[in-house]
Amino acid sequence: MTATEERSVPKPVFTDAEAGAKVFPDSDARRFNYYNSAKRKQSHYEDVTVEVQPDPRHYLSQGWLYAFADGKGGYPLEWTALKAWGSDRPEPERGPGSGGKGYDWPAHGWHEFRDPNEEWELTLYRYNANVVRQLNQNVDAARQAKAFEQWNPNWVDFVAKHVGAWMHVDHGLGLYLFANANRRAPTNMHNNAISVNSMHRIRAAQDLALYNFTLTEEIEGFDGTAHLETWNSDPAWQGVRETAEQLTGIWDWCEAIFAANVVFEPLVGELFRSNLVQQAAPANGDFVTPTLVGAGEFDYSERDLRYTKAMFDLLVNDRQYAEHNKGILQGWLEDWVPRCIAAARTLQPLWSQPDAKPTRFEDGLDRAKSRFVGILSDLGLKAPKELGQ
Amino acid sequence: MSRQSVAKAHQKIQELSWEPAYHTPVSHYGTDYTFRKAKKKDPLKQVLRSYFPMQEEKDHRVYGAEDGAIRGNMFRQVQERWLEWQKLFLSIIPLPEISAARAMPLLFRTVPNPELHNGQAIQMIDEVRHSTIQQNLKRLYMQNYIDPAGFNSSLRNFQNDYCGTIGRQFAEGFITGDAITAASVYLTIVAETAFTNTLFVAMPAEAAANGDYLLPTVFHSVQSDESRHISNGYATLLMALSDESNHQLLERDLRYAWWNNHAVVDAAIGTFIEYGTKDRRKDRESYAEMWRRWIYDDYYRSYLVPLEKYGLVIPHDLIEEAWNRIWNKGYVHEVAQFFATGWLANYWRIDPMTDKDFEWFEYKYPGWYDKYGKWWENYNRLATPNGHHPIVAEDVDYVYPHRCWTCMVPCLIREDMVTDKVEGQWRTYCSETCRWTDADAFQPIYQGRNTPNMGKLVGAREWETLYHGWNWADVVSDMGFVRDDGKTMVAQPHLDLDPKKMWTLDHLRRMPEVQSPNVLLNRMTDEQRAAFQADYNRQGPAGRPAPRA
Repeated sequence: MTATEERSVPKPVFTDAEAGAKVFPDSDARRFNYYNSAKRKQSHYEDVTVEVQPDPRHYLSQGWLYAFADGKGGYPLEWTALKAWGSDRPEPERGPGSGGKGYDWPAHGWHEFRDPNEEWELTLYRYNANVVRQLNQNVDAARQAKAFEQWNPNWVDFVAKHVGAWMHVDHGLGLYLFANANRRAPTNMHNNAISVNSMHRIRAAQDLALYNFTLTEEIEGFDGTAHLETWNSDPAWQGVRETAEQLTGIWDWCEAIFAANVVFEPLVGELFRSNLVQQAAPANGDFVTPTLVGAGEFDYSERDLRYTKAMFDLLVNDRQYAEHNKGILQGWLEDWVPRCIAAARTLQPLWSQPDAKPTRFEDGLDRAKSRFVGILSDLGLKAPKELGQ
Repeated sequence: MSRQSVAKAHQKIQELSWEPAYHTPVSHYGTDYTFRKAKKKDPLKQVLRSYFPMQEEKDHRVYGAEDGAIRGNMFRQVQERWLEWQKLFLSIIPLPEISAARAMPLLFRTVPNPELHNGQAIQMIDEVRHSTIQQNLKRLYMQNYIDPAGFNSSLRNFQNDYCGTIGRQFAEGFITGDAITAASVYLTIVAETAFTNTLFVAMPAEAAANGDYLLPTVFHSVQSDESRHISNGYATLLMALSDESNHQLLERDLRYAWWNNHAVVDAAIGTFIEYGTKDRRKDRESYAEMWRRWIYDDYYRSYLVPLEKYGLVIPHDLIEEAWNRIWNKGYVHEVAQFFATGWLANYWRIDPMTDKDFEWFEYKYPGWYDKYGKWWENYNRLATPNGHHPIVAEDVDYVYPHRCWTCMVPCLIREDMVTDKVEGQWRTYCSETCRWTDADAFQPIYQGRNTPNMGKLVGAREWETLYHGWNWADVVSDMGFVRDDGKTMVAQPHLDLDPKKMWTLDHLRRMPEVQSPNVLLNRMTDEQRAAFQADYNRQGPAGRPAPRA
């Protein structure tokens, strides 16, 4: 008989260390007590996001510990020209015997922002996994149904070139505008929402690229590289490209989010997606492309615009800096509306390319403008005169 | 998707990037490194179509385990000794994670390789995931563990506590200064490639041995993302190596990053593993043994050393010295003793060591009892209030240490402590390397070379100085480490939850005032300071006063 050597394993020990096993001071204090919730009850989202990025104006008693060469550490409030109440309060000076003094929570108005989408780990993976699963299924179903055979020949070309070109916009803004802005804002709630926005755009870009890859395999004569030529040199796209590049060149993180989500997306993004591709596709025999483009549209209109409005709504209604902020936002509108209108107008030749035409360009643009004015009106901002161009 | 189709899909998405023709993307961050526009492959090959469902599946497992733990009442069998240290660990760790997310864009304009930017953006969202999944774990502990105090106040505490600050400097090192130094060398090449092994692999094993299988569930899910982040660092490192002019900076940064990571991570994780566990099986690996396996063999010997063939100078001396500090100089034991000395400034409870613990320490670290045993016996003797002060104000042959200006862990290995006058202030450092980091590495000129993008060490880096001259009761109130009866402290030097055995602010009121060692140092004359340093260097081990000459 062989002797079995006893395995070395830790033994379970009953410790009775469960909630409620004893009564003592704090034994039932089971809520995070370092922040005030936006609504009556602390939400799960708030619990996992609020206060993770510190702030030297309240609990951060030793201040930032590392800085850039210019001496600025952490998340300087002056990385945007916009202000929230309390922004101008000086950081408490600390020295021998100063203690941990600071301001009461939230110390300044930036901390009041909450992402209405309540994005954190669980929500963002659940949402995006559902989107990519649905898109995969749609494309697979179309492939099995030989749906691509029903496309008008001109539409094949249109999708290769122009739907393909949009992936570059998504990719460029996702990486160099939104992912970049995730470093800049002073609260974790801002930066998490912006990170999620970034991933929506990068995912949408990849969705279109992989769709293009599938179409290259499925449709004879589909030119899987046509989008590159279109993006690089088709005059109809150079206005959009120039504006996209300008957007990635913005220094101020609030201006970047504002210019992209409040101005560019309604005037150019939705114009292209909703008022061109979505309208034209069905009549050209295509029921698949709208599902992909529609996913990007939903990301923007139902998620990204939603947090953006909540973010700027606080700033235009700020108890201290509302007028200051509105003035700056109006200035940004004057800069960005003409650029975006010009980019939109450069796209006009696309409206005549499919065999089955969508609604007229001017009608689509009017719809986009009207939508844009609605967003501005929600934020208490005025449409600049350049909108009439 | 099949592996082949993932590769093809990844190839396709490389078509997404383009060279700007009209405007250049904004450059917020600088580096003194130079990169040729060499084509390098993104080793991650991650496509979001497969990434999101993969992460969602991982989430399902994590949240399923969390549900199971609650239904199965895991908390009936978790060791309080272990969970108490999680109050510190889980208040620190979400910030380094989120800082890593914020660090990624530092690399976009400084590493001219769009293929890598994709991997960096995915790392960004991974880090958001890690931060919130860890916050969620802490929330769950707060709701289900017997003593929620400390968990419920964690993010306030973390930002003003003298241990939290050590962890915070780790996180801030990712997001400021020279972009490559911070986001690439410090974060991905050293912190993630080397030290997440002890953080997220060694520590979960210890958690499980203490009846806590949720920490392993969450942290292994986190660690499975780290391997991709390591690839980001490696790809950038190879690009940097291809330009000779970067070698001087890489050597500087590897020295800084290695030493700072060692000082901070080994202090924290070493203490959690060795002093937070109740598992004293002799064949359980000690922290030193885990370190040897995960960091020395896996990282140093199989990752760093092979880079020598590319001409990279590896800080062999500092790696050996880190081991020397852990194995011969008792680094982890000194740190644990310091945390316990200052228990009253914390927000968790620290269990005294028992005879069984002593036996294990002596077995794993021969000579341990002679150095530390007596002090822990005193700790136990002074654990419940009985007319005496907390141990820090009692005569137990312990000299309160000076703080290291750089790594912010105190100068616990007394013979290694050095001083220097930097920017008009006398500072103490735990080691010559930490002095070099402050005085030489983080400066606008390095070895005669202009390094205008290098960051700075700033801030009120010594916690004790903020409270110089304060009564201890006021210190603890100011930090907010008090329970809901308005007087019982969150921190306790034992695990007894009987209110009669717990320390209150009233007990602290009788103590002598807090004194900042650094304030006192700066008041000394040159002669006094020289004598002070000579005395300090003769102190220890275990914080003992210098033997009389």
